[in-house]
Amino acid sequence: MFADYTMGELGAIFAMQGFAGLILFSVFVLMALGLAIIFGQMGVINMAHGEFMILGAYVTYITSNLFADYLPSLFSIYFFIAMILAFFVTAALGMLVEWSLIRHLYKRPLDTLLATWGLSLILQQIYRSVFGAREVGVTIPDWMMGSLPLTDLIEVPINGIFVMVLAISISVAVYFMMYRSSWGKQVRAVTQNRVMAGAVGINTERTDRLTFGIGCGVAGVAGSAFTMIGSTGPTAGQLYIVDTFLVVVFGGAASLLGTIASAFSISQAQSIMEFFLSGSMAKVLTLLTVVGILMLRPQGLFALKLRK
Amino acid sequence: MSDTPKKPSLSMEASRRSFLMGGTALAATLFAPKFLRAADYPTAAVNTTGLAVTDTDVTVGILHSVTGTMAISETGSVQAEKLAIEQINAQGGVLGRQIKFIQEDGASDWPTFAEKAKKLLVNDKVASVMGCWTSASRKAVLPVFEQYNGFLYYPTFYEGLEESPNVIYTGQEATQQIIAGIDWVTQTKGAKSFYLLGSDYIWPRTSNKIARKHIEKLGLKVVGEEYYPLGHTQFNSVINKIRLSKPDVIYAIVVGGSNVAFYKQLKAAGIDMTKEKPLLLTISVTEDEIRGIGGENIVGAYACMKYFQSLDNPNNVEFVKEFKKMWGDDMVIGDVTQAAYLGPWLWKAAVEKAGSFDVDKVREASPGIELTTAPEGYVKVHENHHLWSKTRVGHAKADGQYEVVFETAELVEPDPFPEGYQ
Repeated sequence: MFADYTMGELGAIFAMQGFAGLILFSVFVLMALGLAIIFGQMGVINMAHGEFMILGAYVTYITSNLFADYLPSLFSIYFFIAMILAFFVTAALGMLVEWSLIRHLYKRPLDTLLATWGLSLILQQIYRSVFGAREVGVTIPDWMMGSLPLTDLIEVPINGIFVMVLAISISVAVYFMMYRSSWGKQVRAVTQNRVMAGAVGINTERTDRLTFGIGCGVAGVAGSAFTMIGSTGPTAGQLYIVDTFLVVVFGGAASLLGTIASAFSISQAQSIMEFFLSGSMAKVLTLLTVVGILMLRPQGLFALKLRK
Repeated sequence: MSDTPKKPSLSMEASRRSFLMGGTALAATLFAPKFLRAADYPTAAVNTTGLAVTDTDVTVGILHSVTGTMAISETGSVQAEKLAIEQINAQGGVLGRQIKFIQEDGASDWPTFAEKAKKLLVNDKVASVMGCWTSASRKAVLPVFEQYNGFLYYPTFYEGLEESPNVIYTGQEATQQIIAGIDWVTQTKGAKSFYLLGSDYIWPRTSNKIARKHIEKLGLKVVGEEYYPLGHTQFNSVINKIRLSKPDVIYAIVVGGSNVAFYKQLKAAGIDMTKEKPLLLTISVTEDEIRGIGGENIVGAYACMKYFQSLDNPNNVEFVKEFKKMWGDDMVIGDVTQAAYLGPWLWKAAVEKAGSFDVDKVREASPGIELTTAPEGYVKVHENHHLWSKTRVGHAKADGQYEVVFETAELVEPDPFPEGYQ
């Protein structure tokens, strides 16, 4: 397949392919971070994760329309405001859901799976009733949609760079919150031993609510960013949910580092295989590899060391 | 979006204008000498098999998904069918009887489609059904329709390889849609090499198979063929592969949410479709899909199908106007929506030709039925239950509409079992 090409062309293609892998990696990290907080730290199997992402996307859609109608001069930067709004709206919904639904189920983790799945169906139908069954088109400012020609052959999509920067910033923010703030300490304490954490004076209920809210908020930001690369419709969240769980479970549920490592390995494997095989085949092989590794290492790539 | 139709207003002025424009559905029948009265067709004579037909009305079924993933696509079909039924009723109905409809929701779930089809045929005794969208849902209801001898009008362009006595296919089968488009792109654009791309299920695979055979028959080259799972959202790798193989044409049959991701990423990767290097030709993006993709992300692409909203003929101008009046000004009309609109009209014509609602007689009367009032122009039902129709190529504009750049001179014969293409 490479016989007819010059070294320059091949180099360019491989550079762009490497970049495609990095974009996929960033997308996976963004998708998975929110779930890693909720599932990893709280043990809640949140099947409605995709719907929280799509809520962020719809917030972006509404914001873009508002800016187009009332503040057209600021349209080129509306996206940043939309992301902040997306964070707060989804976080608020997340906290509401935690208060009304999830907190009654902490002792029955498997039931959260059913409850949040039900929630995802409810949210989908709400989106459908409010925004219509069809996908909505989110207009992205022009400067975010083009590509940067690095050389004659290498062109780098700007939205890819945007997603990468966002993924890095959010990862860093989450890391500091988890490991450098008192809130993070409380979250980790509650994760490790809920009763004991309560006994030393941590307000576990508040911690739970905040954790769930932040997890959902991060999902909302991811959803907002994905309006650049994907579709916004009532059921679009379903497109992400499988990959998201795959990344989190493969990485080891309670480890943020694990989530990032797993996002990296899965994205690189998939992107390289997609290049040499067909798309469906690449997916099959990726899933097979993940299943194989999880059989050997059920706790995932990185796991907390526990005294058994 | 609202599902309540606005009241139709058939003002004299509107009908006079349409009459002057000549041959619209409305005017043609209002002024046609043949105005059928129910009294001339006693119920006992026109309904010998116990269908839901009374002296004043006749019941049909509408069976589409209004919930679930497919609601995105099927909503337009439901709207078009309701419009057609309302227009037919305003003109006096079918054999002097008003059409009533019972709408069931297939819920994007194929067993549910089969169950609801059975309910419509067995409990409600509907005289015909307008419905289904995906091939999977059609395949699910097919045994039900054949067992209980129902009659289905199916609107979607699809892969062919089917010909049921109980179905009229109002969309194009694959060869009608594909061959004319490839001929056009090779003749007018001088395309020599093609990259075939699709979502991974039966329609894109069958269609690409036909496309490949045809391309190879013309002595041209297919430089790549790729399928991605439904719902796939990352196309950067395949875009790189396309760059590497430098085709003249990207032939894309990507569907659903993947569609949006594909076109956005194509644009972001710096492939400007207006430069036509490579040119993008699709058979899966109607005006409906462009709403989700965003016109600015697909401008410059070509689509090959039988109907575009921008078609400039009096029938279509009237149809677009009525559709928007009923469902709102922001509606767009895609190929399938128009095909769904034909269903009730074709059924009415067949019933009146047969002089009976009996399914066997309607089936017998169907081949040869002509519709001069179709928005796409003249169509005719073939012996094989598909429609003779023209194929057109549209050029996507930034406002989400297509500009028609090519139209076959003659009606294209439907050929659901194309020899040498399987």
